[in-house]
Amino acid sequence: MSFKQKFALAILGVAVVASLGAGYLVQSSYSEQFRDAISAPPSARFWLGTDELGRDRFARLLYGTRVSMLLAPAAALLATLIAGLIGGAAGYLGGRWERMITAGVDLFLSLPWLFLLLAVRALLPLNTSPVMSVMITFLLLGCLGWAGPARIIRAGTRTLVNSDFLVQASASGVSRWRLFWRHLLPNLRPVLLAQFWISIPLFILSEANLGLLGLGVSEPLPSWGAMLRDLENYSAVLQNPWMLAPAVLLVAVVGCLQLLLGTEERGVSC
Amino acid sequence: MLMRCRLTRFTMALMLCGLAAASSASELRFCLRIDPKTFNPLLVEDEASQTVRYLTGGVLIRLNRYTQELEGELATKWKVSENGRRIDFDLRPGVRFSDGTPFTCDDVVYTMRELMDPNLHSPTGDVFRSAPGPVESRCTGSSATGSAGVTVRFPGPVAALAAQFDQVAILSAHSAAKESAVLGPFALGEYKPGAYVLLRRNPNYWKRDANGHPLPYLDAIRLEIQQNRELELLRFRRGELDIVNKLDPEMYDRLSSEMPHAVVDAGPSLDWEIVFFNQVANAPLPEYKRRWFRSDDFRRAISEGIRRDDLVRIVYRGHARAAVGPVSTANRFWLNSALQPPSGSQTAALALLEHAGFRRSGSTLVDRDGNRVEFSMITNAGNKLHERTLALIQQDLARFGIQLNVVTLDFPSLVERISRTFNYEAVLMAITNVDLDPSAQMNIWVSSAANHQWNPNQKTPATPWEAEIDKLMAEQGGSQDRDKRKIYFDRVQQIAADKVPMLFLVNPNALSAVSPNVKNVTPAVLAPQIYWNVEHLQVGNALVSQARNALVNQR
Repeated sequence: MSFKQKFALAILGVAVVASLGAGYLVQSSYSEQFRDAISAPPSARFWLGTDELGRDRFARLLYGTRVSMLLAPAAALLATLIAGLIGGAAGYLGGRWERMITAGVDLFLSLPWLFLLLAVRALLPLNTSPVMSVMITFLLLGCLGWAGPARIIRAGTRTLVNSDFLVQASASGVSRWRLFWRHLLPNLRPVLLAQFWISIPLFILSEANLGLLGLGVSEPLPSWGAMLRDLENYSAVLQNPWMLAPAVLLVAVVGCLQLLLGTEERGVSC
Repeated sequence: MLMRCRLTRFTMALMLCGLAAASSASELRFCLRIDPKTFNPLLVEDEASQTVRYLTGGVLIRLNRYTQELEGELATKWKVSENGRRIDFDLRPGVRFSDGTPFTCDDVVYTMRELMDPNLHSPTGDVFRSAPGPVESRCTGSSATGSAGVTVRFPGPVAALAAQFDQVAILSAHSAAKESAVLGPFALGEYKPGAYVLLRRNPNYWKRDANGHPLPYLDAIRLEIQQNRELELLRFRRGELDIVNKLDPEMYDRLSSEMPHAVVDAGPSLDWEIVFFNQVANAPLPEYKRRWFRSDDFRRAISEGIRRDDLVRIVYRGHARAAVGPVSTANRFWLNSALQPPSGSQTAALALLEHAGFRRSGSTLVDRDGNRVEFSMITNAGNKLHERTLALIQQDLARFGIQLNVVTLDFPSLVERISRTFNYEAVLMAITNVDLDPSAQMNIWVSSAANHQWNPNQKTPATPWEAEIDKLMAEQGGSQDRDKRKIYFDRVQQIAADKVPMLFLVNPNALSAVSPNVKNVTPAVLAPQIYWNVEHLQVGNALVSQARNALVNQR
């Protein structure tokens, strides 16, 4: 691991630890409105000032980081598992199964997923707590984000299925089940891991996009997406540059994930 | 001497024409959010078409947006009689359509016939359909004296009959191209879908200013089609636009810090921000929640508990007024001045909740059966003002132990829930109100109406107070005595304050931006706030243009 990657890991570690220990780092709750201190500048009381409803920006940033950093990997894991299952099955079974599954994946990719997400979101029960609502949002993202990785995993599986060692194992009479678990899956691990790492920033950004449309995490729970909406008011940003903190953190986290991904990709080539 | 005078006038004319030709024509530029759906003034429904109709249509009677009084335009006099069934107009003589066709009583008769044609389904005509039966229009007056008049008789009484003619643009009975022959200050010049609508000065417009100069002063109006508010603001800053007719408080504050002389806060508008609870009998709600929402005390407690002053200060940045009821403080005549906005007092709200059988259980509020008080409130996604309002209400209600779940939905889903499936608990929404007269609110207050939002389309009124409102609205609608109508509608406002079927939160201010280049602007709270007196507006070199027009007319 290079110095850059160690540095990236350290930043990610600090972000995760700070978000998990938010209760110890900040005194106020992310939802408490200090209506006498609207849009306040940074101070000893509010390290990053307050937002337009008088809520502590630093508290919201830490809790928002917790939401995005915990749920995005969970959604990425779900998407990678579904992609592994479907893409792996297509590549392993081959023939008409492969053609059928590939056509299904292509069809899924052609769907306007944003509208699908909006429609599904609109059908959810109204009395869902904000925490449940954010979990459902990421669950939906995970359920909808498998198709792209599935194609890559199918291609990877197909290459492995045609490789000499698998042909030899198959010719030696190894059962299909054992062939899959013992020989195929361990060799697919680098591809799966790469897809997992790629999906995390993708889901973080997707939630941010939904937040920009006002359809992400519901009030009063903070998320990066909801906080990025404040940047629409660019003149306020120029006057209060600390409003950029969520954007800086988002860029830093996505950048660090990309750096770490470099390690995984090298792992694949090794 | 006469020869010299003519020579001087001719030289002046040449000079002014040259000057005018050297400079570009005076043009007012502002944005429409969408393309106008129609240029037929009788079929107007959307805001963009309304704008075009306002700028091009000539009407018999116009509501002065500033004084809030009716003024004669194409009608010099009018008289309402037979308890609102009949109106007689004296028509202005010597008026011509933009294509040169003379304006006669035939045009009014033709317009009324078209307006009431059931096959046309004119939304403007709906307000005149007070009872089944034909509408009779006929010319009156004598050609010998040169006085022309029209009598229109309706099958039933029409509430605020004269005021309804503010929306009726008169069509030409004799012109070949009916949509392009207009009596308003401007006529349709060019339309490029998705790009702009260009309105050109009507050379035959009848109005003149105090000095006898023909109006309008402007040569043209360019309505740019622009949906993106940020781009609109950017173009205004660059000087590419002269007016932004509606600003939200955040944009207003941004602009006021950069261009303090360009922003206009005309005070509270007629619009409402409201919350209402679902009281529909067959709505898919648990029975205990239906009981809460139907409880007067519960609704009043929620209304009392919302701190409207904070909404005004924080969400609207001071550019709104705490609402007292269905009539804005901007509506000088119809407001029931005895009403006060709810206090936002925690004690008063808790007392009401206790009276309704609610009690605190730890940090939460429960009803008499022990059900935790938790409900959702929906609003349209992407509306920052609504999202912030809900965040404040959420904290206000949390003081009483009420859990409010905020749900933002895309607009079609929201409409589906509140008007078809009734699968919602409470909703926050904005109502745009453009009419001063309470008859315009008939479709909200009458229990059988589809827009009686909290419990629409009732066969018989569900509560005694809704029955009383039905009766009062019918009485005010049927009377032509303004003071009597005021008494009836004051009572409606009082019932609305006591029973709180809708929680009136704030009346947002009418905020606009006007370039310093535009002269004679008199902002009003009624739409269209900035250009209601469009014929008097001047932009940049409008004075040169005005002089040129004067000379052209003289010659």
